[in-house]
Amino acid sequence: MKKTPFHSQHAEAGAKFGPFAGYDMPLFYPLGIMKEHQHTREKAGLFDISHMVHVEVRGPQAAALVSRACPYEAAEQAPGTGKYTFMLNENAGIIDDLIVSRLAEDRFLIVANAACAEKDVAHIRNLASGFDVAVDIIPRAFLALQGPAAESVMQSAGLDVADMAFMTVAEPNSGWFVSRSGYTGEDGFEIGLPPGEGPDFAAKLLADGNVEWIGLGARDSLRLEAGLPLYGQDMDETVLPHEAGLIWAVPKSLRESGDYVGAEALSAALKGEKKRKRIGLKPKEKMPVRGGAKLTDGDGRQIGTITSGGFGPTLGGPMALGRIVTNADENKIFADVRGRGIAMEPAKLPFVPHRYKR
Amino acid sequence: MATIYYTDEHEWLSVEGDTATVGITNYAQEQLGDLVFVELPEVGKAVSKGDDTVVVESVKAASDVYAPVDGEITAVNDALSDDPSLVNSSAEAEGWLFKMKLTDTSQLEGLMDKAAYDANVA
Repeated sequence: MKKTPFHSQHAEAGAKFGPFAGYDMPLFYPLGIMKEHQHTREKAGLFDISHMVHVEVRGPQAAALVSRACPYEAAEQAPGTGKYTFMLNENAGIIDDLIVSRLAEDRFLIVANAACAEKDVAHIRNLASGFDVAVDIIPRAFLALQGPAAESVMQSAGLDVADMAFMTVAEPNSGWFVSRSGYTGEDGFEIGLPPGEGPDFAAKLLADGNVEWIGLGARDSLRLEAGLPLYGQDMDETVLPHEAGLIWAVPKSLRESGDYVGAEALSAALKGEKKRKRIGLKPKEKMPVRGGAKLTDGDGRQIGTITSGGFGPTLGGPMALGRIVTNADENKIFADVRGRGIAMEPAKLPFVPHRYKR
Repeated sequence: MATIYYTDEHEWLSVEGDTATVGITNYAQEQLGDLVFVELPEVGKAVSKGDDTVVVESVKAASDVYAPVDGEITAVNDALSDDPSLVNSSAEAEGWLFKMKLTDTSQLEGLMDKAAYDANVA
């Protein structure tokens, strides 16, 4: 199993590890998921996200390639900004969701999900053969610092980030990449740096009393409270952007037609009857309802599936994301948990308000 | 005087006469992490050794707790409905899960004592 540059630091911090996308990753530390979660909401949590893959697209036609691979106008993206988007297949199913940052006029950074990295890179390289671009994987240590204290921690670590707004990016040192973004709903940063420089920088951040290592367990409960979808659970190649509640990421001008892969299928699907949609749900009991649970109507007919579910430590109760048929009666939804029908009620997303610095 | 037994599945049983109080071990709760929900069986239910009897849910996942021996459920720990974290703070005392009347006390012979269990998880 692969190890990230921070593996020995996690072990020293007492992490309990588990396999994730081919890496031996920290699931939680002695603090425990509940307290790690709350620490992130109250102070600052440090997450090792080095399993994610950084792909740089560089060259005169870099913007053109990105706009072919992803449904947005990369040529219009301001340098120094990031954009949430995805890559679609010919049927408009989601290959992966991504953040694409424009580092310079002719240079884009695509940060891909670990489990999708191989197919993503193959897809981009395949598309790139028709363009004047270079596509390179950049080896990086990658950290996320999330929570209300994140900015002050970054400043004390010597990174001047006070003027960065949500979804802006910078390259403060050679080989470094910083974005004001994250996956918890909190203000925060993602910091990519050369693998060899990773451990020292992590130690610098951890020297601040506000910072604790946070594992994948709390990362998942935080992202679910923030109503953010997870690839492989809330979307996959059989799910179209509007069915995953993500059509907002496709500019209106590209919903009827475009040159990106999947444009025709997406446009046809949007013109036709919308069949499935994403919904936020709360069980009416205290019992958590997990991803994969069947959703049924009052008469026992299946109307959908829970795609992600769990317990929200800040919310103080169970919560779930589901995908249901659009003609379902939202006031009569039951989740099948071990043979019992648990009544569910629709919930507004996010479950816990976002606190991004706009 | 109760005798305490332990199972390979990380349950403990405190047995007095033909009645056992059952819970999960401190080792098991450490592995599970913070519990947020416990689904207890119905009183009066007959269970056989190995049956899924309780579901303990941590923030991350649901795990089954099996009946350690044959018997009938005679009581459940209702305090866990309000505070499942009792299992974390006091797994082998206040965080007990259920009591059962044993139908075959000879099944206890195959279980471990504390020293054997501790050696098993060390």
